[in-house]
Amino acid sequence: MHTGPSDNEILSSVLQGNQQAYAEIVKRYQNFVFTIALRYAPNREDAEEIAQDCFVKAYRSLADFRGDSKFSTWLYTIVTTTCLTFLRKKKLDVHSLDNEKVFEVADSKDSGFGANQVEQKSRIGMVNKAIALLSSDDAHIITLFYKGEQSMEEIGQVMGLETNTVKVRLHRARQRLKDKMEKHFADEVRDLN
Amino acid sequence: MEERLWNYIDGSGAAEERSAIEQLLKSNAEWQSKYRELLDVHQLLRESELEEPSMRFTRNVMEEIARLQIAPATKNYINQKIIYGLGAFFVTMIIGFLVYGFAQVDWTPTNSNSSIPIDFGKLDFSKFFNNTYVNIFMMMNVVLGLALLDRYLNKKKEERRQTSE
Repeated sequence: MHTGPSDNEILSSVLQGNQQAYAEIVKRYQNFVFTIALRYAPNREDAEEIAQDCFVKAYRSLADFRGDSKFSTWLYTIVTTTCLTFLRKKKLDVHSLDNEKVFEVADSKDSGFGANQVEQKSRIGMVNKAIALLSSDDAHIITLFYKGEQSMEEIGQVMGLETNTVKVRLHRARQRLKDKMEKHFADEVRDLN
Repeated sequence: MEERLWNYIDGSGAAEERSAIEQLLKSNAEWQSKYRELLDVHQLLRESELEEPSMRFTRNVMEEIARLQIAPATKNYINQKIIYGLGAFFVTMIIGFLVYGFAQVDWTPTNSNSSIPIDFGKLDFSKFFNNTYVNIFMMMNVVLGLALLDRYLNKKKEERRQTSE
């Protein structure tokens, strides 16, 4: 949760012409937006470009934010569409839950992840690396649920899915994450138990 | 089992379902073990950290938006009345064509070999724009168009008056 003025208070100020107030919004959400962009982009440079694009688009469309939902939900919808547009532009594989190639791609990502290369053996480091092995869709839904402070309904709104579909997809994503952790970080997982 | 346990961990699901799972967790070792396993994953995910962009990120965004202006709200430049007007125009047109088409049909039984009761060769298109009903229909469209134009100009006039005040 954020301290200080609420998002809506800051946004009212921005809409009244105080452009600098938008910097606070950027600071609040930049890590989350960048993390989501990184789930789709092949490198940090592209992810940063996508994240920047999201904030610029959100600023340009600020007058369209009616306040019916949380600002974060509205912003994450922009992030989702921007990431998908980026993927389409770059003609990269859009990972789908039903696409078996997802697992091949995720497994191939592991090729540079040998046990001796995993220097950071902390729980957090391990889980972040395991998330990086998931498909973009799986990583996205997990990040929205655990780090985006979004309910199932809000995630549905962001991703254009029914709430029940979100629930099922989240279960599957967590299951795949568990499998990845057991497969690629067996030692660390054993240490946890 | 896993789906039910995930629902339990997420706090979703009905109260009866939750109490049923609580009973299973008290009595069943397999359920207890799976619950602990899933709870570990849940806890790890809660502890996971977000990535951070470069230090210049906020400044880059602010420099970018300094050159831009907030676009006017979509509802301000999309006039719903014009949309409804266009809709009404096309619906009227479709209905007009349908009425005209049906009026052309000879409903008396004809040659049994033909499945379509219209002789397309005998359709007289010159009548199309020389028919009272079509003329009325066209007149209605013209009146509708003029009404929309009048409303648009009045709105513009009103806006100009308000800005001058």
